[in-house]
Amino acid sequence: MGLPERETVTSAPVPLLQATDVATVFRTPRGAMRAVDGVSLSLARGETLGIVGESGSGKSVLGRTLMGLITDGPETSVTGSVLLGGNDVHALTPAGRRTLWGTEVAMVFQDPMTSLNPVKKIGRHLSESVRLHLGLSRAESRDRAVDLLCQVGIPEPARRAGQYPHELSGGMRQRVVIAMALACGPRLLIADEPTTALDVTVQKQILDLLQSLGEELRMATILISHDLGTIAGRTDRVAVMYAGRLVEHARTAEVFDNPRHPYSRALIASIPHLDLSPHTLLPAIEGRPPNLLNPPAGCRFAPRCVVATDLCTTQSPALTGRAGDDTGGAVACHHPLGAAKEATV
Amino acid sequence: MSEIAPRTRTALAPPVVVATALAVAGLVLLVFGATTPVLIAPAKAAIALLGIGLFLNGASRVGKALAGPGFDVLFWASAAWLVLLALAIVFVDWLPLGEDRDVAATVTEPVFGIPTFTGTHPLGTNGSGLDLLARSLYGARSSLLISLTAVVVGTIVGGLIGIVAGYFRKAVDRVVGMATNSLLAVPPLILLIALATVLEPRLRNVALSLSLLTIPGMVRLSRATTVAYANREFVTAARAMGAKRSRIMARELLPNVLLPIMSLAVVMISVLIVAEASLSFLGLGIQPPEPTWGNMIAEGEGDVFEAHPHIVLVPGAFLFLTVFAFNIVGEKARQRWDSRSVKL
Repeated sequence: MGLPERETVTSAPVPLLQATDVATVFRTPRGAMRAVDGVSLSLARGETLGIVGESGSGKSVLGRTLMGLITDGPETSVTGSVLLGGNDVHALTPAGRRTLWGTEVAMVFQDPMTSLNPVKKIGRHLSESVRLHLGLSRAESRDRAVDLLCQVGIPEPARRAGQYPHELSGGMRQRVVIAMALACGPRLLIADEPTTALDVTVQKQILDLLQSLGEELRMATILISHDLGTIAGRTDRVAVMYAGRLVEHARTAEVFDNPRHPYSRALIASIPHLDLSPHTLLPAIEGRPPNLLNPPAGCRFAPRCVVATDLCTTQSPALTGRAGDDTGGAVACHHPLGAAKEATV
Repeated sequence: MSEIAPRTRTALAPPVVVATALAVAGLVLLVFGATTPVLIAPAKAAIALLGIGLFLNGASRVGKALAGPGFDVLFWASAAWLVLLALAIVFVDWLPLGEDRDVAATVTEPVFGIPTFTGTHPLGTNGSGLDLLARSLYGARSSLLISLTAVVVGTIVGGLIGIVAGYFRKAVDRVVGMATNSLLAVPPLILLIALATVLEPRLRNVALSLSLLTIPGMVRLSRATTVAYANREFVTAARAMGAKRSRIMARELLPNVLLPIMSLAVVMISVLIVAEASLSFLGLGIQPPEPTWGNMIAEGEGDVFEAHPHIVLVPGAFLFLTVFAFNIVGEKARQRWDSRSVKL
């Protein structure tokens, strides 16, 4: 599943991150909830991947599963494998995972209001993990904290390091959260909706910062978002998620210019444009996402899909590349849009 | 004095002068009411209370004029009382006080001496001629030592159990919840009496049994606060940076739980002072001749209180003022720390 694109899109011989058939199931009192259901991904060093999907499509759970924050336990079941720099994240001991976190992989969280401890100074947020992982002395870690604040574009870093989170604005706080994630030089950064809680003007700054840091530090980035606008032009590839599954996976420009899955096309069509005349109705997707406790048989998008046939409601489509497509795009649809167009032409 | 003030040019603004005059007049009335022997008791009390009222009013005005409108005279008076009491407790051994517990040394002293606020027995003597001021101060020492120890032990033990229960949840939480609920189900006084019948009535034992009363409340508060903070993203963020569970509890959760716990602890001190006094009153706490406020009040049993009210009123006043002061200070602390945690 999803194997064809790996050889073509990934340039490095051994990918930094290789997830195969990952499924995360929460055992709830009302039944098993399949939040992530058979997702395969790979990411080379320095590459950026965007994961888009609407709320509840399993993007965040996928991010946390890839990182190993969600593991197999009494209330969750994680199957499949996640290889991070050659280590299987889910086969490691908890102590082994802790050594990966911060140094190999780090995460930027959604809400900078709650992802900083209100009673800890900014500097201590940064210096603690540096001392823990890199074994720096107190003075060295303080210098490193100031360097990090400088790196994420915070003015007067030495003064800011002595302040508490509530003394900083939302954008500044998110910069601190990014600095925390960068503290130990991770090779993979997972940004889970890093701009959702921020002002639009600040959103662009934070996204630009993430992009430039990724290029500067040659750090692979996974950008999780429900907003296609944040992904456009900033990632090498995009994976579109729907109800716990990948429905389309291709180069970013390819997805935007030539979406192949009806869901991707509908998502892109529902982005408002400035050049639309006033009072134009935005094309919205009819219906609601399926209940993950009891997902529909066959293609999960079928009940809302305009091109669905009987085949779609009975048989689940696999993520496959299109014949003759050398860009590595893959789509999970019985009636991909490009193919339909070719057939009619 | 207050009539002259507006006319002469003084450095201070007139309201301050009026306020100072009020405070001074109040103090004079208080001293006059307390020390004039010719007056009958109700008149003394009335004059003294009027004096206290005037003094507090004047002091409040002076404070507001000098320190801004946020000045809270009751808080500062309470804090002053507690500081004074603390100093007296520390230096009580070196103060020139009368005998406090050796009855053999006081055969020549007057019995049931009335408080004169002057002389060798400022607060009078009891039925054995022991000095009431000395007894009250030594009593304050054991009272405060016991309640502070109990609160410290209860806060540390209860706070830690609460954090562990709130962070791990599941089985740990259920066991802890069951234990705190069963502890809360036992009436506190009956629990104390039961413990007192088993344990020797020494300072350490009384303190430990009183700390049992504080533990359930502390566990609940720290558990609830921990649960509220454990779901915040900074805990996940710390985990995602490779922090161990012990580190998360000590570095991320403890500092957040500390503030509400500390403000409950201050309020708990006053509760435990009363509890300790009740135990002593019932004869289950520290045993006479060693004085405590509770067993001093118990000396007024029978007809003694009617004939010599000061036997009960002196330790009662100490008890009242101290508990009142702790409540005021605790309330202030709670307001300050709560509003700060809301702002964050």
